[in-house]
Amino acid sequence: MLLIPCPWCGDRDEVEFHYGGQAHIAHPPAPGALNDDAWADYLFMRDNPEGWFAERWQHSAGCRRWFNVLRHTVTHEVHGSYLPGETGPVIAS
Amino acid sequence: MASVVSGHPAALWRNPHPRRTYDVVIVGAGGHGLATAYYLARNHGISNIAVLERGWLAGGNMARNTAIIRSNYLWDESAALYEHALKLWEGLSEELDYDIQFSQRGVLNLAHSLQDVRDSVRRVEANRLQGVDAEWLDPAQVKEFCPVINVSEEVRYPVLGATLQRRAGIARHDHVAWAYARAADALGVDLIQNCEVTGITERGGRVTGVETDRGPISAGRVALAAAGHSSVLAGMAGLRLPIQSHPLQALVSELLEPIHPCVVMSNAVHVYVSQAHKGELVMGAGVDQYNSYGQRGGFHVIQQQMAAALELFPAFARARVLRTWGGVVDVSPDASPIVGLTPVDGLYLNCGWGTGGFKATPGAGWVYAHTIANDRPHPLNEPYSLERFTTGALIDEHGAAAVAH
Repeated sequence: MLLIPCPWCGDRDEVEFHYGGQAHIAHPPAPGALNDDAWADYLFMRDNPEGWFAERWQHSAGCRRWFNVLRHTVTHEVHGSYLPGETGPVIAS
Repeated sequence: MASVVSGHPAALWRNPHPRRTYDVVIVGAGGHGLATAYYLARNHGISNIAVLERGWLAGGNMARNTAIIRSNYLWDESAALYEHALKLWEGLSEELDYDIQFSQRGVLNLAHSLQDVRDSVRRVEANRLQGVDAEWLDPAQVKEFCPVINVSEEVRYPVLGATLQRRAGIARHDHVAWAYARAADALGVDLIQNCEVTGITERGGRVTGVETDRGPISAGRVALAAAGHSSVLAGMAGLRLPIQSHPLQALVSELLEPIHPCVVMSNAVHVYVSQAHKGELVMGAGVDQYNSYGQRGGFHVIQQQMAAALELFPAFARARVLRTWGGVVDVSPDASPIVGLTPVDGLYLNCGWGTGGFKATPGAGWVYAHTIANDRPHPLNEPYSLERFTTGALIDEHGAAAVAH
């Protein structure tokens, strides 16, 4: 089980959280202006790296707030968490 | 049955060094890659093929699935594809002259709520219209078909009934891989293990081959069949896929006397259980929620799955877990696969089977081989294009996929 650092509540077990997938996918400012390709890209296409991944988690059994985590998808190592709207740390690959 | 081949599987095929050029390179020597190579040679006369495998043959999800085979999906596109596969399964031991131990012992999909019942009956009626065998059983009939199951009303999620597909069942997954490997090898296909693809080369929008850790290999056509690693490979050709890789775990008990006669799947309490030919109970659960390539998941997922299993099968409480493991499954947004062309000429895609790829092995190989040979999809995989995420023509099988993701 992952140990996930909630920015507000501290380290908690994974079972307290829900996963939100890739972070930093912004809602299009003018959805009506998108063509089908751009809309499909926003809705369905996602990074799926074998390595470091910036992802969203919600502390659903705790403070219920969303935040971002930088985690490695092979080792499951958690580098740390940061707030929505912040830029994540950069790790040299 | 013509023969049962024994002996070490490595004796069933050559282990050639890669040549510098092939007509077709298939990336991934799992069930789908091997079946694709076999049907390319058998159905389309293309045998100058290399199947490249970075590890050992059939050592990925082909070695990690729960070997369940059925075709009772909801939508016409799915029923057609999976039923085509099931018909191939029914003749596969004869076709490949190798006992794959296909056992049509029946699959029960349980309903635990009124909505489950409505959805299940709807699926039974849809299957009958599609020509797929399907029955609805009430709790007493469920108990008759699978005496070991608990249909008491006194549990948290009582069994309110089940769909039954009698032609569904299980097969010996390793034998399936070895049978396809032997047959493909005999038709001249080169199966190359310990050869990792590190790049995909193109010129002018057309694929020209692959880079590997054993040198470059040129090929006019490159076909991906790498399940959980599809996004990584497609990224080498500049493609971004609507795929997320998740851990999917399963486990087996110690060997037991025959006690469980069929396959039982439950969406609501979330476990699927059968008893393998050797006697171990084989159980699987839902995916771990996060993306991972680690081939392992959290133990709490195993605990939840065992809790579900014990509610359905109280008699299993004293069975011991022998082994748990995880694979990496390629989950698509609509729980349906992507099989077809890509924006790069000569590069083909077979992925997104998620938690249910094993059952499709012969059918996926058949239609993928057709797609590669003709540079256009077989009618059965035409709806499964990458473009459906742009057109919106999704094939939503989250209900019938039976594994939460």
